[in-house]
Amino acid sequence: MQQNTGAEKDLQLGALDAMCVNESTLEHKWYHNLKYLVIGILFGIVFIKSEVVSWFRIQEMFRLQSFHMYGIIGSAVLTGMISVFLIKKFNIKTIYGEPIKIAPKTFNKGQIYGGLLFGFGWAITGACPGPLFAQIGTGATIIAVTLLSAISGTWVYGYLREKLPH
Amino acid sequence: MLEFLKQPWPWYVAGPLVGLTVPILLILGNKSFGISSSLRHICASCMPANIPFFKYDWKKEAWNLFFVFGIFLGGAIAINLLSNPNPIEVNPKLVAELTGYGITNYNNLVPEDIMNWQSLFTVKGFLLMVVGGFLVGFGTRYAGGCTSGHAIMGLSNLQLPSLIATICFMIGGFIMANLILPLILSL
Repeated sequence: MQQNTGAEKDLQLGALDAMCVNESTLEHKWYHNLKYLVIGILFGIVFIKSEVVSWFRIQEMFRLQSFHMYGIIGSAVLTGMISVFLIKKFNIKTIYGEPIKIAPKTFNKGQIYGGLLFGFGWAITGACPGPLFAQIGTGATIIAVTLLSAISGTWVYGYLREKLPH
Repeated sequence: MLEFLKQPWPWYVAGPLVGLTVPILLILGNKSFGISSSLRHICASCMPANIPFFKYDWKKEAWNLFFVFGIFLGGAIAINLLSNPNPIEVNPKLVAELTGYGITNYNNLVPEDIMNWQSLFTVKGFLLMVVGGFLVGFGTRYAGGCTSGHAIMGLSNLQLPSLIATICFMIGGFIMANLILPLILSL
C-alpha cells in the first residue's frame, strides 16, 4: 500500500515536471546507461551539424527570417508522432520486453508562466538546455556559466515552488 | 563521404533524426525524451538542501545524465572531426541588424563578440549569460519541460499541455528577440 502511494506521488510530481515516471521497473547495472551516452553523442553531432545550437539560427527563427528551425522542429515532431502512433498501434515493447508506457501530461498554469519565461531565456541565450551542453562541447567554455546559471534557476524554482501559482 | 558530412546538414535530414530520438529512447528502456530534467537531477544530486522537489531517487534517472554528457561529447566530436570551415550563413537582414550591435564574428555557434569571459562582468554580458541562463533553468522547470520534453516528446504524444507550453515558448521568444533583446544588445 505504501508503495502505491509512493508511486502515485511520483506520478503527480511527474505530471508537473515531465519527469520520467514510466521508467522501467527492471534493475540494471550502471553500464546499461552507456547506451544513452551513445545516443547522446549522436544527438549532439546532429545538433552541431544542423546548427540547431547556433545562437544565430535561433535569432533568425524568432524574427521569421529563416525556415530552417521550423523545418527541423516540424519534421522532428512529425517523426515522433508517427513513431509513437506505431509503438501504440503495434504494442511495441522495449528491448527488455517491457510494454512501453508514456505518462500523460496534465495542464497547470506553470506551462504558461514558465513557458513564457523559458521563451525569454531561449531568445537571449540562443539555447535550450540540450544545446547548452553541446555548445560547451564545442569549446565555448563561457557557456558553462550559462549552464550553471540554468542549474541555479532550476534550484530556485524548486525552492519557491510551493509559493508559485500552478 | 567525410566532405559530405562536414557540410551543414539540411533541416529535412536533421529534423527526422531528432524525432527518431523519441522511439529510440522508448524502445531502449521506456525513457521519455526530455533534457531539462537533467538540470533537476543535478540539483537533486549536488544540492538537495532538504527541498521536497529535489528529494527523490535521482540515481534512477541517471540515464538522463549519461544522455546529456553524450550531447557534450557529441559537440566536441562534431566540432573537431566534422567541422564546417566556413562561417555560418545567416539572413542578410539579421547580419545588418547585428552589425549595428557590433556583432560581426560568425565563426562560432556562439556569438563570440558578446558572449566571452571578458564581457561576463559587463551589464550586457551578465544579462545575456547569467540572467538568460537563469530564465532557461527556471522557466523550463516551471513549465515542466523544454523544447525536447514538451515540443517534441509531448507533441509526439498529442498532449494538449505540451502544445500550450510550446506556444508560450514561442510567444516568449518572439517578445524577447524583437522587443527586449535589441535593448540589451544596444547596451
